[in-house]
Amino acid sequence: MRLLRSLVKTVAAYAFLAGSISLLAEAGFVNPYWVQILELACIVAISAQGLNLIYGYAGLFSLGHAAFYGIGAYTAAYLMKTYGGQSQAAFLAALLAGGGASALVAYLIGLPTLRLTSDYLGIATLGFGIIMKVVFDNADGFLPELGGARGMTGIAKMTTIPWAIFFLLASLLVVRNTIHSSYGRAILSVREDEIAAETMGIDTFRYKMAGFVTGCAFAGVAGGLYAHLYAFLHPSNFDFFKSIDILIIIVLGGLGNMSGTLVASFGWIFLLEGLRVILPPGYVELRWVLIPALLIVTMLMRPQGIFGAYEFPFLRGKGTR
Amino acid sequence: MDYFVQQLINGLQLGFVYALIALGYTMVYGIVRLINFAHGDVFMVGAFIGLYTIERFQWPLAAVFVSAIVGCTVLAVLIEQLAYRPLRHAPKIASLITAIGVSLFLEYFTSLRQVFGPNYYSFPRPFPVVSWDWYGILVTNIQAVIFLVTILCLLLLQFIVFRTKMGRAMRAVSFDYVTAGLMGVNVNMVISFTFGLGAALAGVGGVLYGIAYPQVNTFMGFMPGLKAFTAAVLGGIGNIPGAVLGALIMGQSETMVSAYLSSTYRDGIAFVILILVLLWKPTGILGTSRTEKV
Repeated sequence: MRLLRSLVKTVAAYAFLAGSISLLAEAGFVNPYWVQILELACIVAISAQGLNLIYGYAGLFSLGHAAFYGIGAYTAAYLMKTYGGQSQAAFLAALLAGGGASALVAYLIGLPTLRLTSDYLGIATLGFGIIMKVVFDNADGFLPELGGARGMTGIAKMTTIPWAIFFLLASLLVVRNTIHSSYGRAILSVREDEIAAETMGIDTFRYKMAGFVTGCAFAGVAGGLYAHLYAFLHPSNFDFFKSIDILIIIVLGGLGNMSGTLVASFGWIFLLEGLRVILPPGYVELRWVLIPALLIVTMLMRPQGIFGAYEFPFLRGKGTR
Repeated sequence: MDYFVQQLINGLQLGFVYALIALGYTMVYGIVRLINFAHGDVFMVGAFIGLYTIERFQWPLAAVFVSAIVGCTVLAVLIEQLAYRPLRHAPKIASLITAIGVSLFLEYFTSLRQVFGPNYYSFPRPFPVVSWDWYGILVTNIQAVIFLVTILCLLLLQFIVFRTKMGRAMRAVSFDYVTAGLMGVNVNMVISFTFGLGAALAGVGGVLYGIAYPQVNTFMGFMPGLKAFTAAVLGGIGNIPGAVLGALIMGQSETMVSAYLSSTYRDGIAFVILILVLLWKPTGILGTSRTEKV
């Protein structure tokens, strides 16, 4: 019964959000530019939930998130371009394949690197991110469709508000339900104290891997959505700064906090785009002077993140807080 | 064979510049366990100070180095006091994000037209270039200056860290800063000094980089900074000879890949080596692993 009720609630929430925004856009209340920004914000939020699972909950310091985002994007775009055409079912399959490809690569990378501790893991994943950027840059050598450093074109514009919100809600549900399951508690225990967790009989490596692979799969799906939003991919969309963007979002929101990650993703994207609109012409280059200054001030005032430990009610577990 | 030796010398030149940056990363990490992302940008400021003092003021080379050292030291100490010190007891990730913020701020603030400007600027040569042909291998006086200045810096650093009172305090703080504080070491002062010392080396590195690769812009610090940091991790972070060793390996591998494979793979190779080394020795080549106590 409870399952059915929560299912109905989720579907209703989804129908309301996706429906109302699509209607507003159709009716011309929201201009297409902002609809696109909203879609981008959803995509970034999905990817950020992934990193939140990896770093916020599992405590694995990853500086290479954009690489998995890129793997998903290129995989989905390649599959759609060669086999998919314009079909919605093929789009779903391509997105899932993108997520799957990221998960597979994450597993292979995780096998050796997840044994490293904190900062060393960060540097290894950073290195992996830069290697993947070089691979994307030279990708036309093995698959001409990927375009390499010239960028990949001819991708269908498939990403819509309903798709973006669907995957965003799905990612929130997966993270919420994982964290409040016995699996999730095992993941949290590894973050808190690996040795104690191991003493309690928890297979720490397995749970670290589970968190890492799932989080990277989110990034892969988000990447696929991204590819079909702008219909153009370039290796520079997946460089070190994109990993840092997502890291900034989850730290600003509060590590291991779904609500914070969600709000910070939207806040970050709308801040980036909003400043473009607000700043008078000729001062747009001040954007990246103001943003870091704001970032530093926020960190100095709230080092634990904007949300700290507060979660929205629908993201809390049963019987917690 | 000549070609190989020639590339070896070019790699050494790059490696020495990386070493000067890597030392700042490794010392700061050794003391406060912070990846100081802003360090690469301090290096950039050093290069720009070099540009201005050479081009506008026509100062002699020694004065150029001194002004870059002073400028970078002041900048780094300011950054440390304003941005990192208030967060010293906050979660480590907060300082890291702040460091990224400082790095972006420095890059974009200095790229404003009113500061250094957004373009690429050609770095003036402070002395006419002379190259010596030595059994078919070309060595320039630029390379000679880089080798001499870097080795001088390394000797000076070695002296400061192992032969002075401040150096002993640095080593103590790096080992255990709470205990060092209890023993009467002024921890705040030591941390500021370390940031300053690292920045001074980065300033020298910036000027040398400008002389060797004569094109500068305000985003030039990012990639060398990242590679120098990687070099520090490669050699074992917190370890001074390790940073130099890592930087030399990094310089060689990059130059060799550019020379024998393709320069498009240049940025990747450094990290492939890093990951392979970390799998073999998780704390770097010269790093010591601390056993975890429960």
